[in-house]
Amino acid sequence: MKKKYDLLVIGGGPAGAIAARTAARAGHSVLLVEKRPAIGAPVRCAEGIGKEALAEFVEPDERWISAELKRAELVGPDGVSMLLEAEMAGSKVGYILDRKIFDRELVWQAAGAGADVMVKTRASAPLMANGAVKGAVLDVCGEKMQVHAEVTIAADGVESKFSRWCGVDTTVPVREIMSSCQYLMTDIDIDEECTTFFLGNETAPEGYLWIFPKGKRTANVGIGISGKKSGAGHRAKDYLDRFVRRRFPDGKTIECIVGGVSVCRPLGCTVADGLIIAGDAARVVDPLTGGGIYNAMFTGDLAARVASKAMDEGRVNAAALMPYDEAWRTSPMGLAIERNYHIKEYLIKLSDEKLNTIIHSAKSLDMKDFSTLTLVKELMKRNPKLVAELAVLRALIG
Amino acid sequence: MLEIHRDVCGYCGCCVSVCPEGALELIDAYLEVDDQCTCCGICAKVCPVGALEVRDEEKI
Ligand SMILES: Cc1cc2nc3c(=O)[nH]c(=O)nc-3n(C[C@H](O)[C@H](O)[C@H](O)COP(=O)(O)OP(=O)(O)OC[C@H]3O[C@@H](n4cnc5c(N)ncnc54)[C@H](O)[C@@H]3O)c2cc1C
Ligand code: SF4
Ligand code: SF4
Repeated sequence: MKKKYDLLVIGGGPAGAIAARTAARAGHSVLLVEKRPAIGAPVRCAEGIGKEALAEFVEPDERWISAELKRAELVGPDGVSMLLEAEMAGSKVGYILDRKIFDRELVWQAAGAGADVMVKTRASAPLMANGAVKGAVLDVCGEKMQVHAEVTIAADGVESKFSRWCGVDTTVPVREIMSSCQYLMTDIDIDEECTTFFLGNETAPEGYLWIFPKGKRTANVGIGISGKKSGAGHRAKDYLDRFVRRRFPDGKTIECIVGGVSVCRPLGCTVADGLIIAGDAARVVDPLTGGGIYNAMFTGDLAARVASKAMDEGRVNAAALMPYDEAWRTSPMGLAIERNYHIKEYLIKLSDEKLNTIIHSAKSLDMKDFSTLTLVKELMKRNPKLVAELAVLRALIG
Repeated sequence: MLEIHRDVCGYCGCCVSVCPEGALELIDAYLEVDDQCTCCGICAKVCPVGALEVRDEEKI
């Protein structure tokens, strides 16, 4: 283990692993530190990802793919269900991963590319000089050591403490944290090729409940609700337990995980002198779906490429790293976050009654004939009372 | 005072992300609170399993 690296990556999730892999492949010395004793465990994820999105960064491998999806089902507050088959769902079709193996594979690839890796190693403070980040103090099994780096990438996930210690406010607003709980359940009756989403204030206030298949008679059954709606007696776990008792009374829970997903706007600025913030730490989760695996890999990769270029050019201040911030904001991912943020804000204000009307109405259409925009237009024609709400939606999508 | 019920906590970091004071930190599976805590109760509200409790102070 060296005392000095070109790049220090904090966090061994998808953002950190891809960042380390990219920088190591570019020939830089890289150290990735992960505070947990094992990469990828416990899992904090429902593990869904689009096929094309995944393939951008890693070759799909059956060792870490739990299920391949053919369709998605949306269930409204009154129980009405709408099915989207693969050919209509487009890029939404994907896989359910096994992230314990997947996350490990990504770190493995980073190590294979030449990065050093330390687990059970926590970054506990930044090393600062003249306002610039120069590495970190690491707590390694009770011992402290300093590691200097030209650039540090904070990929420390939803907690995002490292950036905070560097002076960036990463606090997530209460109403924009999805307070989440999930059971890995087995011995349950499910469609093994379908993801199901349940909406409604009784089921999952300002969030949704999901069933993501994980193979034979097994699924991630989980929920995310707005932090604003959470409190004693009505927490994510309470809602989930109620659902599971009704729907899968004989199912067996073999894993229980909790988590927080930020559905706020991304950080106002994701670089500082010597520092780049990537993945969940930068708050780049898709605010509508809560999906963040792809966004973490995308920003991790971009962060490493920009850092690599900056180091080659000998300047690593905020201005030199700014192309990272600009590039992800104007990328399809950045634009999708912006658009989906507005759609999310619109949807959470819809009453159950209106949501029911929209789903009933959409269900009666032959979805194959419609793009999203023409679908909204058609819905407006059929639901004159909802024109105002739907107009907002149309404007957002169009 | 913020009480942490470590037997309930699932060490997920949800509370850490919303604390306006940055008073919480997860040290692997061990949640710690420091003296910056103002007992605002935000973390206790959002915890998915109810592992946090503000004692002797009005709850939000
Ligand atoms: C319940 C739930 C369901 C979800 N479902 C989906 C889904 O179906 N699809 C999807 O795309 N996304 C989903 N997400 C979001 C997804 O899990 C995250 O967006 C993704 O893991 C982000 O990757 P990351 O690398 O940014 O952060 P993480 O995967 O969180 O990795 C950060 C790592 O940094 C480590 N770390 C933190 N601080 C330090 C420190 N100081 N020193 C060293 N290491 C540190 C942490 O231990 C952690 O391992 C879900 C999230 C939750 C909570
Ligand atoms: S939100 Fe609750 S379960 Fe998660 S780390 Fe905080 S106290 Fe523990
Ligand atoms: S009570 Fe408020 S200040 Fe104290 S740890 Fe919780 S969120 Fe932070």
